[in-house]
Formats: sequence, structure tokens, C-alpha cells
Amino acid sequence: MTELSHRLLFDMMRIRAVEETIAKRYGEQKMRCPTHLSVGQEAVAAAAGAVLEPTDLAVSGHRAHAHYLAKGGSLQAMIAEIYGRVTGCSRGKGGSMHLIDESVGFMGSTAIVGGTVPVGVGLAYPMKLKQTGQISCVFLGDAVPETGVFFESVNFAVVKKLPVLFLCENNGYSVYSPLGVRQPPGRKLYELVAGFGLKTFHGDGNDARAVHAALREGVDAIRAGEGPRFYEFETYRWREHCGPMYDNDIGYRSLAEYEAWKLRDPVLALQRTLIGEGALSEGEIAQMQARIDSEIDEAFAYAEASPFPDATDAFTDVYAGPA
Amino acid sequence: MSTSFAAAIRDGLATALSVDDSVICFGLGTDDPKGVFGTTLDLHKEFGPDRVFDMPTSEAAMTGIAIGAALNGLRPVMTHQRLDFALLSLDQLVNNAAKWRFMFGGARGVPITIRMIIGRGWGQGPTHSQSLQAWFAHIPGLKVVMPTTAEDAKGLLLASIFDDDPVIFLEHRWLHNMKGEVPAGDVRTPLGKARVVRSGDAVTIVAMSYMTVEALHAVDHLASQGISCDLIDLRTIRPLDWPAIVSSVQKTGRLLALDSGHLTGGVAGEIVARIATDHFASLKSAPQRLAAPDVPEATTPALTKNYHVRAEHIVEAVGRMLGREVETASLVTKRQFPHDVPGDWFSGPF
Repeated sequence: MTELSHRLLFDMMRIRAVEETIAKRYGEQKMRCPTHLSVGQEAVAAAAGAVLEPTDLAVSGHRAHAHYLAKGGSLQAMIAEIYGRVTGCSRGKGGSMHLIDESVGFMGSTAIVGGTVPVGVGLAYPMKLKQTGQISCVFLGDAVPETGVFFESVNFAVVKKLPVLFLCENNGYSVYSPLGVRQPPGRKLYELVAGFGLKTFHGDGNDARAVHAALREGVDAIRAGEGPRFYEFETYRWREHCGPMYDNDIGYRSLAEYEAWKLRDPVLALQRTLIGEGALSEGEIAQMQARIDSEIDEAFAYAEASPFPDATDAFTDVYAGPA
Repeated sequence: MSTSFAAAIRDGLATALSVDDSVICFGLGTDDPKGVFGTTLDLHKEFGPDRVFDMPTSEAAMTGIAIGAALNGLRPVMTHQRLDFALLSLDQLVNNAAKWRFMFGGARGVPITIRMIIGRGWGQGPTHSQSLQAWFAHIPGLKVVMPTTAEDAKGLLLASIFDDDPVIFLEHRWLHNMKGEVPAGDVRTPLGKARVVRSGDAVTIVAMSYMTVEALHAVDHLASQGISCDLIDLRTIRPLDWPAIVSSVQKTGRLLALDSGHLTGGVAGEIVARIATDHFASLKSAPQRLAAPDVPEATTPALTKNYHVRAEHIVEAVGRMLGREVETASLVTKRQFPHDVPGDWFSGPF
């Protein structure tokens, strides 16, 4: 348990520090692509990363840095990708919104809301046919259950009893549109989805250990052949929808709401708990942070030192053979 | 032995399913008693319900699921009973299938084949008759295939299924009962190679899919009046066999591009544009095109009489390009069945 808690905390601190460093350096104009940071939402990603096996597969959407890193994706390749360098995980052609590291089962993230949901279900079809024992994890936000393709995909996953974990981070906003303009009052996403005939769950997305416990049970059941499950965890995005800043001044959400969520910082919460339990000292946390900071410094240095793709690369990778 | 175009498609699917375990085949009605006009009939009995299956009415998700399955090692073939239903899946086709290899820096491609059947006439109407090959050909990353003959239907389908890129495979409903010799076994016709159907020196006629049939009637009729034309069946719209068109135009000096789609923004326009811009000196007269008018196809036969490009229109266009009179009445009277069906075999309803 202590080992798991340490891992969860380390992964959350690492994701947080990566995102904060991107935010800090974004103004240098060297990262020339839209980035969607998930500061404040680290717990779900870290818990999922700890539950999934390296051989399991995952897909995600536009806010995917945390999912990619939690699944084991290369930090150097991700930062280089955001810098548009040829050493990036997509050789500079994808940027922040199109991350991939197949060596650890992160099969891709794309920019169209809901776009990878059926892809994740499709990944699971051969798993079922060949009984590989793997599962496919589909990371999604709270706007995805507004798309038709989500319901189509859930339905097929249930019909075929596919090993799919639908993992929803509900941060309350789609860009600047609150859930209240997108779903009727009182509706719960996990209740809505349950109508398709799969088990659904709901919980606090800022309690990493609780998320992990819920997912542990669910992933085992999916792996045992139960079919798909849907998990909804409530959490909150601290920074703006797209970009490095805070946007509490533009009027779509209240400062009080933001402050209330900030008091529930998932990283600090786990640190306090572990210190309180005597499982971790302030000094050990500082050591973790130092390790993380040094890795991040190296990743940014690697990205900055990496070359851009050759101009002729603009015309490659369209078809398997010559275009 | 003579085989129908529809049976050749089934033969191609059965061949693919038997030579490679990674091939799966699904779509609405795939395993129903009609088997998508016979093109998938009883395949599920031979290859099992895990590999050949019906699906929910979820075109977008099922396309994405095909993409995911392809990314995880399968070669899915998905079928739409009409192209028009596939419009629900454009996000998956354009944003995922066509982009995956590029946006992930070549990490992996998407070897899927999407069959779409194009309807025409006999009440198919505005939403069961659209010939949208230009839409798909506009998207880098997609390939677009349009067979005309039964032999090509099988050969091009097999090449599409075993191609490592996403292929849109457009079948014209009016070709399903056309018969021809079809070789047995795993015969693959390479994508990107046009077929010269008739050779001549007066005009280059470029056609695709069912338009090739109308063009064939026209070319043979013109030959009886001493006008010999090159007729090129494109077979694939993307990649498009430019060398075949260019060498023909260099011989004839005249180009007539036919299109089963609408005039504006169509494939014929692209062919005319590229020949006019890059090979202007080879042309003896302004290049021409014939395509569907820029209005939807109506359902009633009363309004489709003059809607489609027929052999007589092609004959007339060639005559105009050559500046000479051509006779079409005998060609029109030869047609023994109503204008809105491909032949006696078609009596509806689907």
C-alpha cells in the first residue's frame, strides 16, 4: 500500500511539474502549438497508470499529457513533440494534441472530441477475439457523452462484451461551456450511461487512492471477461482551457468555485495524508521533487537541442508507400 | 465462366477472409438473407460470426471501431448499403483514418476498406444516389477505388483489403449484375493503374465506374461512324493514373472527362484542370467534361429522364469537339428498357 501510494504521489507530482514547466516556458514561443494542461486533474491519470498493465492499450483526447505520461510515455519524446522537433513522439507532425508511444501501449490521442472513443473500442475487438487478456482504456472528458459516437461506441462494446474501460474525467467545462448548458439539471453522466447496460461508477477524482481502489476492482472485472465499464470522476481544471494562463477573470466560472477546488489539490492532499500516516517525510518529498525537476530539465534541454524535421518531411507519412 | 460483379465482390471477400485470418467483414445486413445484394451472402456461415457480422446502426462508431481494430492488427472491411449512410462517418474517415499515419509521424497506418454502394435511378432519389468520390479523393491519406468490370471488382477489392492505407471502395449499384470473366484465387489488381478500354486517335474519353459503360456504348457507336476514341477507365480516383491520361491526350489532342458525380468540384474538373494547366500545348481544342447537374437527383422518373449523362450525350460532345455531325437516334432506340434502370434485371425495390 505504501509503495502504491508513493507511486501515485510521484506520478502526480511529475505530471504537475511537467505541466507547470510547460506553462512557465510557454511564453518563450518555442512551443508553437495549442496545449491543454490538466493541472489539478492529476489523480485520475496517475491512478489509471498504476492500474493498467504496460501491455494494456489506451487512447485519449486533446488534454492528454497526463494520460500519456501515466501510461509510461516518454517525457523527452513528448516535450520534443510539443517543441515540434523530429525527435518528438510524432516526429513533430502531431504536437501536444497528437501524442503516441506504442512501446508502452499509449496508442494515440487526437483533437476531435469523442474521436478516439470508437478507436479504443476497436482496439479491444481483437483482444476479445484472440482472448489476449488485455484491456483498452478510453480516457474521455465530460463533453464526450454529448457526442453520438460515444453512445454508439458504448453500445457496441456492451453488445460484444469487449474489455473496455471508459474513464471519464468530469472537470465541469467544455472549453468555457459549463455542464449546465450541456446537460439538463440533475442528470448524472454515470446514470445516463448505465442505461446502455454496463456497470458505471462515480467518485471523487481528486482522491488518488480512492480512484485507484475503484479502478483496481473494475479493471480486474473487465479483464475477467465481464465486459466494459464506465467510470466518472469529478475533478477540476485549474488553468485555462487552452494555454498556460489562469482565466478566472473572463467570467465563465467564479473565483470562489476555483478557490474551493484549489483547496482540494489532489497532490497536496496525498502528501498531507502520507505524512500524517508516517509513510513519507517532507525530506523524501523534496527528494522526489528534485528527481522530477532534474528529469524535466533534461527533457526540455533534449527538446531544445533536437533538430526540426527536414522540410521534405512535410510530404511523408501520408501513405504507406510513396504518395 | 461468366460471373456477375456482385458475385465477384463476394468472391473477393471470401478469398481475402480465407487467405488472411486478420480480415474481418461487417456492416448493416452483412449476414442477412439478402447479403448486401449478394455481395456478402452466407460469408458468416463459412467464416464465423466473429469475423463476419451485422452491426448496430452506428456508422460513425463502427468506422472508428474498424480503425481501432486495424491499429491492433486486423484488416476490417466495412460495407454501407448506400454511400449516403457513410456520411455519418466522415469525422472518423477524415480526421482519424486519413490522418493517423501522418499525425503520428508514421507510427502506424490504418488498413481498412470501406465499401460504399452508389445508387441511381428507379426512385433512389436525393439521399440514395450520391456519387461523392470527389469528396473522398480530396482528402490526402485516403485512397478511392471505383471498379467497372466484374474482374476489376474482385481484383481491386483484394488489392484494397491488403493495401496498408484506408481505401474507399465505391461500387455502383448499376454494375452489380454486369457479367464478365473473373479469375479464381487471390488475384489483385494494382491500385493506381487505369485500363485502356478502347484505343483510338480522335478524342480521349476518361471515365470511371458506371460512366465507363455509357462511354463504351458511345465509343462503339462513334466507331461505326468512323470516329475512333481512346476510352480510359480510371479504376482508381486516388491515386489517379495521370501518365495514362497524359499519354492519351498527347496522342489525340482532345479530352472529354466524364464524371458520375456533380459538375462543380468534381473529379472531371480536376482532370480538365490538370491537363489544361500542365499539358496545354498537347490540346487541339478546349477540354470538355460531362457530369451530373448541380442539383440533387429527384425520385420520380419524370424528373430523371434528362438528369444523367448517357451514351448519346457523350456522342454529341465528341461530335462538337470534332466539329462534325454525329447521329445518335439509332443509339437511343437501341435501348429497350426504361431510362431509370440499368437493364431488364432491375425491377426494384432496392
